[in-house]
Amino acid sequence: MFTYYLQLGLRSLKRNPILTALMVAGIALGIAASMTTLTVMHLMGSDPIPWKSDKLHYVQLDNWSPDEAANDDGSPPDQVTYRDALALMEAAKADKQAAMFKVSLPVQPENPEVKPFQSLLRATYSDFFGMFEPPFKYGGPWDRRQDAEHARVVVLGRDANEKLFGGQDSVGKSVRMNGVDYTVTGVLDDWKLRSKYYDLTTGAFSDPEEMFLPFTTAVDLKQRATGNNSCWKAPGAGWEAYLDSDCVWVQMWVQLDSPARLAEYKAFLDSYVNEQKKLGRFPRPLNNRLPDVKEWMRDQRVVSGDVQVQTGLGFAFLVVCLVNTIGLLLAKFTRKAGEVGLRRALGASRREVFKQFLIESGVIGVSGGVLGLLLTALGLVAVRALYAQYKSVASLDWMMVATTIVLAIVSAVLAGLYPTWRACRVQPAAQLKL
Amino acid sequence: MEIRPIFSALMRSKVSMILIGLQVALTLAIVCNALFIISERLDRMNRPSGMNETDTFWLGSTGFGQNFDAKSVQQADLQLLRSLPGVAAATSVISVPMSQGGWSTGVSLQPNQRTSTASTAMYMVDAQGLSAYGVKLVEGRDFKPEEVVFRSMNDRGIPVSVIITRALADRLFPEGGALGKQVYYDNEGPPSTIVGIVERAQTPWLSADFIENSTFVPAFIPYGSFTRYLVRAEPGRRDEVMKVVEQKMIEANPSRIIGRVRTIEQVRVDGYAGDRAMAIILGAVIVALLGITALGIVGMASFWVAQRTKQIGTRRALGATKFDILRYFQTENFIITTMGLLAGGVLAYALSLWLMHSFQSPRLPWYYVPVGFVCLWALGQLAVLGPALRASRVPPAVATRSV
Repeated sequence: MFTYYLQLGLRSLKRNPILTALMVAGIALGIAASMTTLTVMHLMGSDPIPWKSDKLHYVQLDNWSPDEAANDDGSPPDQVTYRDALALMEAAKADKQAAMFKVSLPVQPENPEVKPFQSLLRATYSDFFGMFEPPFKYGGPWDRRQDAEHARVVVLGRDANEKLFGGQDSVGKSVRMNGVDYTVTGVLDDWKLRSKYYDLTTGAFSDPEEMFLPFTTAVDLKQRATGNNSCWKAPGAGWEAYLDSDCVWVQMWVQLDSPARLAEYKAFLDSYVNEQKKLGRFPRPLNNRLPDVKEWMRDQRVVSGDVQVQTGLGFAFLVVCLVNTIGLLLAKFTRKAGEVGLRRALGASRREVFKQFLIESGVIGVSGGVLGLLLTALGLVAVRALYAQYKSVASLDWMMVATTIVLAIVSAVLAGLYPTWRACRVQPAAQLKL
Repeated sequence: MEIRPIFSALMRSKVSMILIGLQVALTLAIVCNALFIISERLDRMNRPSGMNETDTFWLGSTGFGQNFDAKSVQQADLQLLRSLPGVAAATSVISVPMSQGGWSTGVSLQPNQRTSTASTAMYMVDAQGLSAYGVKLVEGRDFKPEEVVFRSMNDRGIPVSVIITRALADRLFPEGGALGKQVYYDNEGPPSTIVGIVERAQTPWLSADFIENSTFVPAFIPYGSFTRYLVRAEPGRRDEVMKVVEQKMIEANPSRIIGRVRTIEQVRVDGYAGDRAMAIILGAVIVALLGITALGIVGMASFWVAQRTKQIGTRRALGATKFDILRYFQTENFIITTMGLLAGGVLAYALSLWLMHSFQSPRLPWYYVPVGFVCLWALGQLAVLGPALRASRVPPAVATRSV
């Protein structure tokens, strides 16, 4: 029976090609608008490291001015001072810990055919690699001993290795940056992140840095961070005074493998800050925070208000398209009252008629879904063109493709329910009179 | 024209009427709010930065090695840049308006004030600074070459002479007379004197609540071995200068990288990319929404016309003119649209309240909804015109046919 109804449905749709096209286009446009915006919002906010996002915690300490909070909502600064980061690294109370900041260095390739270029690097600790799990292609991270020794070592990203060594295994080779030679300990494979969640302070959608070097080495070479630097009190003169100041410019993450460890670490932070208060620092009330990855992404508004508004409007638009389709289907099915009457008179139950018309709406749904999927792909191309930084979040994955199709069919069937129900209530006798 | 028969006819197809009305209501609510957001974004994008954007570009220079002498390189670079044909002015800078990155600080009227009086962006320039930015000095004087201070990132202190924007001057000294007054950029350091006031120079941050508060400081502060230069070309010669600048600078000093050679026009485009994208996306939603709603009305009206062909024929046979039939459908559409619009008006303000509550957006100005009414009435009348004309052409003879 299904194939027969399908044939009937297709024939009926062919009879009014303009009306059918209108309905399919309506569903497709509604689906495309809602799915394009939903895809961007979903991927922006999606958990970048689902298997351990609740174990990675961002450290926030409130070392701000006694006279005003760091942020209007009273939350602590979004970075920590160098001296606090160093103290927490040395205490090593978490299961893993990594302080970090972004630096920019000129790279002077040995190969004379490669022009010197400016490179962004992340200065961090060896634990970074165990915490955020970038995939290695060759070699591995440097070790804790090298952290302690301020070793001149570097981990190359895939692109940097491509540029400098043509993609060869470059472990053990040396890279010259700003007059200093660094030994390559490892090369990353392609590391695609939807959001650069480990540092949200300078835009959530930039690529990971091209290379990684020890935090201690960068500080040793007096490399200033290229990210944000905020001070509530002017630092004293000189590099040492800057390191010792209350300026915040370091991001600090810890990995805590259980809720008990989290509670312990929280207590440790509180006692650390209380110790510091005795030294005259931390003039504000105790306000330490340890948001996990998802909480931190929410705090930092990784999914922007604009994207939320767009998604809301996209779905409102889908509702309008569905209302439109309901109206058109109603018109169409009402016109077929005669046909329904005839079928009913010949013995078809209401159930059978219902099935027949629902299949017809289903056909519209599938066609609208397929067209909508194509339009969604186009919509995402447009989003990538409009927002250069969204390239990692404006692409369809299988889940979104499936969601699109399901949404389209459910929408069309929902839209078809009322008109179908109306069509079934036709009194055969009334329709058969001449 | 009697409204009553139209009304009772409508009551017989309530659901269709409600569907069209609902569609009109949602359309009105979304279109009003989307248009308002678009107009806000356009206003934002049209704010003047205060600087000459058409003839200017900037570039970065990063030297190699720990022994790189930023100061002497900067002197040589500026000399070179200023000697290039077509260059009107050049200065070393740390930031430009709309670039979203830079230096900000608080300004106070008293030393050791607990909270600062105003926030300001800091633009470090040399004696050609105001000229390179192309900002307009409205009071006081420009910097003198001997006032320009060299300091490293790790040094402290703000030079004794500063030039501020009109907006910052008004904020600090609402009574006027800011010129010549002393202010504190460094709580514990000596004060700086306001020697000039420029008409306008936005901060680098487009969303800052102190966007008009900027301070020009006669200083050169390299970021390690990284220095940025802002160049203003003679009118119409910017692209010509940009083409040669990288090569000339590398020739003069090969132990460095020249990068990020960008026009200030491009900086503006990048800075406002999000606002532009939002305006375009909402514009597309509005067009699609109006299109769908219009097509929905056409479809429904066509269906009604087809359904009532016989009734129309009867009316024609009983003496109704073509115009009467046309008017019947036009009036019917007007009634449905109006009911939808009344609901839509409420919905539009509700949506605006939600946007205000969730996204801190401003209130929808009252006139958007009445204007939306007029537009959707017109859209409805246009959409129904085709089916209504078709109806008016139904011949009276139809009434005499039985099936």
